[in-house]
Amino acid sequence: MRFISESSEERIPCYRVLDDDGQPFPDSSFVKVSEGVAIKMYNDMVTLQTMDTIFYEAQRQGRISFYLTTSGEEAINIASAAAIKNDDFVVPQYREPGVLLWRGFSMQEFANQCFGNKADYGKGRQMPIHYGSNKHNYFTVSSTIATQLPHAVGAAYALKMDQKDACAVTYFGDGGTSEGDFHAALNFSAVTEAPVIFICRNNGWAISTPISDQFRSDGAVVKGRAYGVRSIRVDGNDALAIYSAVHAAREMAIGEGRPILIEALTYRVGHHTTSDDSTKYRPVDEIEWWRTTQDPVTRFRKWIESNGWWNGDIESELRSSVRKQILHALQEAEKAEKPPISDLFTDVYDVSPSNLREQEHSLRETIKKHPQDYPSNVPI
Amino acid sequence: MVLLLAVNMVTRAGFSLKQLKMWGIIRQKVAAGGGSPVARIRPVVSNLRNYSSAVKQMMVREALNSALDEEMSADPKVFLMGEEVGEYQGAYKISKGLLEKYGPERVLDTPITEAGFTGIGVGAAYYGLKPVVEFMTFNFSMQAIDHIINSAAKSNYMSSGQISVPIVFRGPNGAAAGVGAQHSHCYAAWYASVPGLKVLSPYSSEDARGLLKAAIRDPDPVVFLENELLYGESFPVSAEVLDSSFCLPIGKAKIEREGKDVTITAFSKIVGLSLKAAEILAKEGISAEVINLRSIRPLDRSTINASVRKTNRLVTVEEGFPQHGVGAEICASVIEESFSYLDAPVERIAGADVPMPYAANLERMAVPQVEDIVRAAKRACYRSVPMAAAA
Repeated sequence: MRFISESSEERIPCYRVLDDDGQPFPDSSFVKVSEGVAIKMYNDMVTLQTMDTIFYEAQRQGRISFYLTTSGEEAINIASAAAIKNDDFVVPQYREPGVLLWRGFSMQEFANQCFGNKADYGKGRQMPIHYGSNKHNYFTVSSTIATQLPHAVGAAYALKMDQKDACAVTYFGDGGTSEGDFHAALNFSAVTEAPVIFICRNNGWAISTPISDQFRSDGAVVKGRAYGVRSIRVDGNDALAIYSAVHAAREMAIGEGRPILIEALTYRVGHHTTSDDSTKYRPVDEIEWWRTTQDPVTRFRKWIESNGWWNGDIESELRSSVRKQILHALQEAEKAEKPPISDLFTDVYDVSPSNLREQEHSLRETIKKHPQDYPSNVPI
Repeated sequence: MVLLLAVNMVTRAGFSLKQLKMWGIIRQKVAAGGGSPVARIRPVVSNLRNYSSAVKQMMVREALNSALDEEMSADPKVFLMGEEVGEYQGAYKISKGLLEKYGPERVLDTPITEAGFTGIGVGAAYYGLKPVVEFMTFNFSMQAIDHIINSAAKSNYMSSGQISVPIVFRGPNGAAAGVGAQHSHCYAAWYASVPGLKVLSPYSSEDARGLLKAAIRDPDPVVFLENELLYGESFPVSAEVLDSSFCLPIGKAKIEREGKDVTITAFSKIVGLSLKAAEILAKEGISAEVINLRSIRPLDRSTINASVRKTNRLVTVEEGFPQHGVGAEICASVIEESFSYLDAPVERIAGADVPMPYAANLERMAVPQVEDIVRAAKRACYRSVPMAAAA
């Protein structure tokens, strides 16, 4: 009689390509990235980082009501997006705007959503950072944790039924693995042989809950085997490792009709959101260490520089141009009109029901009768 | 949660006494306590008035099965998922024969995780498929209610029309017989309060066919509340109902029996009890109008109000708990729109405000009976009635 130990002697090893100085390990194998793709990856990582800084500040200044950053997780966002195709369905949690950025969502579109103005694709109905875009195959962010996991399995199942050369890709944090939906999604994805890639951003923290209080397993990767799902642990701050792993995962998911679990080890450099002050529950020097020495953007820059594809001049030019662009987008979004009140009543159902049409009519009548009670800067 | 009830499989016989028994609103074996089956047999000829050129008898179970079959045949995007729907032919045999006909890709036996498979169904609907998700009973839907409401109902609005969710959630709702508190809850009021959802509850086989087809074809998420005790009941169906293109409009109630003295609103199994109550009332000179709501959300306020404006009295009946129930909403609607037409306070009949007890005698006391509806109608008509709950 032998009990299987609750943990194995050694932790599951982690796939890495670049060392801390951005140089490939001598024996590492990885999927080659062309100069064009690498430059775009770096550009987008810098843009994401800058957007986070500026929009976070905008919230502190009271210009937007809420924001959360992707600081420290730029490589996971951009490199994973680069490794998949535009037809692949992305079902995000909320810390993956980089994927949308890679696919072509503009600074202006991001800013519009944060301000909830009339150009917002969400018609001003959701809090900031709840981006969504049909044309970019990026499902609208919803605040609930891990509910997107079974959704992704359902979408993947549908893709398989339609025999599309595409898969579903879904993201979640270490905290999300505790939800019942994680269990159901992984289990079900294996049973239905759905082409879905589960990407766990294990960034060490779920608001103030450290992973030692979240689970006692060796991270998320070991859970894959429990469900019969092929899995891999990757250095989440290594853009090339992420790129290779996701690239391989996609081929397996579609080619073999199976789910894949990728655990990307990283660190949440920023606070959980603008409503959080993480210095209250973790040491400042820990945050600083990760922010400076482990920055994924810096690490990738060192690699493209060593290839002769980048230098300090292009760097400053990029940073200042991106900054200008973002500030401009912010200003435009702030000035823009809010959505008209008709947007309050539409899309509840496919066809607007009579009670809502009546209420809209009655609201307009009331505004006509009491114009002084209605804000003058909000369109009717 | 898995519950397998030993359902009495009522097989269809030929033209026989047995068939006549099944014609009416009778349960052969699984009785809700009290009253022998024989005492409940009523000549059903009077009900024939409500059905046009009725030639065939169809059980509700068969009505649902044929509706699913036809919709799956017409649209390859429609598929069924739930516990026991495939190999077992459905916990209540509603999906009988479908696995064999359409294969495992379109009839999915799911693992035991309502939260999981509901989420997966919603995800498939996001992509563009049309899932029909079966809950073994809506009691188990509480495990999945986050997905029904936050992932399905609100998505079209939250994504401003980019994500449509053409999904149907169906299964038995409300009290069965002797299944206790955790298997007898009615969810009509719960789901009907949510904007973004449509909530339907059929009574007859015609309702079952027409409303299920409408639900599957509808681009919005629909909660479809069936009743386990109705599955074995047979109703006459016309040729029109049997046609594969048959469909009932969502949001329209049906006047099952016309009357002029008091309006009785009901849905699902209670419609049957209300019709029986109307028979009894007729003998005492009270002409009751029985409205089968069919659609809880949207509620057919205009039919209800038009009826109350005609009769001036209203009795709402439901099996679910009284507070914040369907009757409360109907009462509010009538007071808002037809206050001056009311000649008496609105009477509201609902299940007892206790978790459903198991013992048959207690269960009988916890659910509205025909006598309760009769007494309430009489009170609305200012006829004196004894106070005791038992007749």
